[in-house]
Amino acid sequence: MGRNYKRSRGNSLKDLRLEIFKKASLCRNFENALYGKVQEKIIKFPVYMSAGQEFIASTVAVKMQDLGVNPDIFIQHRGHSTYLAFNGDISQLIDEMLGRKTGCSFGMGGSASIQSKENKIYGHDGLMGNQVPIGVGACFASKIPTIVFVGDSAAEEDYSLSSIGWASTKKLPILFIVEDNNLSILTEKKVRRNWEMHDVANGMRVKSFNISDDPMVIYKHLDNSFDEPILLNINTVRKYWHAGAGTDGENFDRYEEEMKFFGTEGKEIDKYNKNLVLEAWKKQLGKQ
Amino acid sequence: MEKTVRETIKEIVRTHLVEEKSMCFGQCLTAVGWVGGTLPELYEEDGMIEVPTSDVANGGFVVGAGLKGIRPIYVVRYQGFQWYNAPIIINYACKSKEMWGIPCPIFIRSIAMEGAIGPVAGSSHHSLYQRMPGSKIISPMTPNEYQYAYDEFMKDDDVYYISEHRRSYDNNKEMQNVIKENADFTLFPISVTRFDAEKARLILEEQGYRINIIHQLWIKPFEFKDEWKKALNDSKYGGMVLDDDYEEGVASSIAHTMMISANKKVHTMGLDHRTAGFHPDVDNLPPTPDAIVNRVKSIINGK
Repeated sequence: MGRNYKRSRGNSLKDLRLEIFKKASLCRNFENALYGKVQEKIIKFPVYMSAGQEFIASTVAVKMQDLGVNPDIFIQHRGHSTYLAFNGDISQLIDEMLGRKTGCSFGMGGSASIQSKENKIYGHDGLMGNQVPIGVGACFASKIPTIVFVGDSAAEEDYSLSSIGWASTKKLPILFIVEDNNLSILTEKKVRRNWEMHDVANGMRVKSFNISDDPMVIYKHLDNSFDEPILLNINTVRKYWHAGAGTDGENFDRYEEEMKFFGTEGKEIDKYNKNLVLEAWKKQLGKQ
Repeated sequence: MEKTVRETIKEIVRTHLVEEKSMCFGQCLTAVGWVGGTLPELYEEDGMIEVPTSDVANGGFVVGAGLKGIRPIYVVRYQGFQWYNAPIIINYACKSKEMWGIPCPIFIRSIAMEGAIGPVAGSSHHSLYQRMPGSKIISPMTPNEYQYAYDEFMKDDDVYYISEHRRSYDNNKEMQNVIKENADFTLFPISVTRFDAEKARLILEEQGYRINIIHQLWIKPFEFKDEWKKALNDSKYGGMVLDDDYEEGVASSIAHTMMISANKKVHTMGLDHRTAGFHPDVDNLPPTPDAIVNRVKSIINGK
């Protein structure tokens, strides 16, 4: 299938925001449906849901379209939204959750190790943060624009930090996206460290920003992607547990806010994606 | 004059960078000595890539390069440093083909040496890679064997762990198996132990024992060839696997594989199960010719 880089929306900021919301809506509804399948015990292994964080990948994906860039993507374990936002096939993702050979990682990857060859998304193996050095090495060898997604906890891995340093030394066309939900399982960032990723990256001479997951803010900060290494530490809120079916409580929900902003149109988009996802599950579950 | 192992490696690296347009990663590659003279004088623009002192991350950089299909060479100057360098190679590169259908071929030059280098850097550590799926391990000690290892890698799409030893670098001779009728014992040496096992064989022969020696090049996959099995079964007192790693690894594993299908006992001999110190009195070295002779005689004499 591959990514479609043709820009089809209008030129207003609202059009842009709507396009991002559409992607985020697909991601959110996928995670909600998956949450249900875990509760129904149709899925019997740990899943790492990205609900609450979906505006990050959705905005980056739209920005890449707008820049006309087709980057290599190194995904993290909590990566369903990244996969879907960058046009990964939903049927293959569902099959992966069902452990089928027709899954995007041939049934080997489960939730944490998904990939999409046609969309240049490289799978993650579960060794937290190793997508950072691997992405840096791939970028060094190929000089192709590269995006590395990493959580705030995996970013702490010593090899993640030294990799950012080497990307800086070699001035690679790479973008580090830190999805900072403040939690490592349930341990807050302040318990784990007294420093911030953007400060460390700045110290390594990587242009770095600490921003919210407001799609318009993210979009703006991606303007100069790949001219040099850039790191965005994006503060976000995880909706579901680290793994499995449970919620992190009543927190701010960007998705609900954006849906409200678009009023009836937002609700219709949400409904459309909900049906799309449920139909996709129904179709795949109906297959032997 | 015949080419040494050192010259063979140097030429392979040069060809790999200049003609194959690949990359060679490692720490301090361009420093004085050029890794024991095994590297050509090339620099970053030629593909000779100096990486920082970030051993774990460096392994990841090489994996990334491997994923892009350039077949990188990765020089790890002491095999003991594999404890830092191996995690991402073993967990990603070795699994990528099986997991995602994306091969990640890497030629890992993992270099062993011993003597006064303490508890981390010394000896071979190929057992680290042997116990995990997805890698191939070969330990060439002669020029032709090294060329063969590289040629096999270039035909393949797996991670190759080349268990080198600095003591082999001056070697310009090939090593032959010796299999005799009515042998008393068969030696199966790996890596640098092959040199001293050959010396031990000659000493034992002088003392009237009939000793086979079967050199082990491939560590993984290990194939117990019919000819070797016959030689073992025909050996009156069985055989012994010798290694430059601790016995509780490759040596024991190969001995086990042999014994499953043979009818003779296979002993093991490697590093002592203790930490190596720097002073000669507390170092931990691979079996010497005398130690091998004594052990073989002890087995033959039932002591």
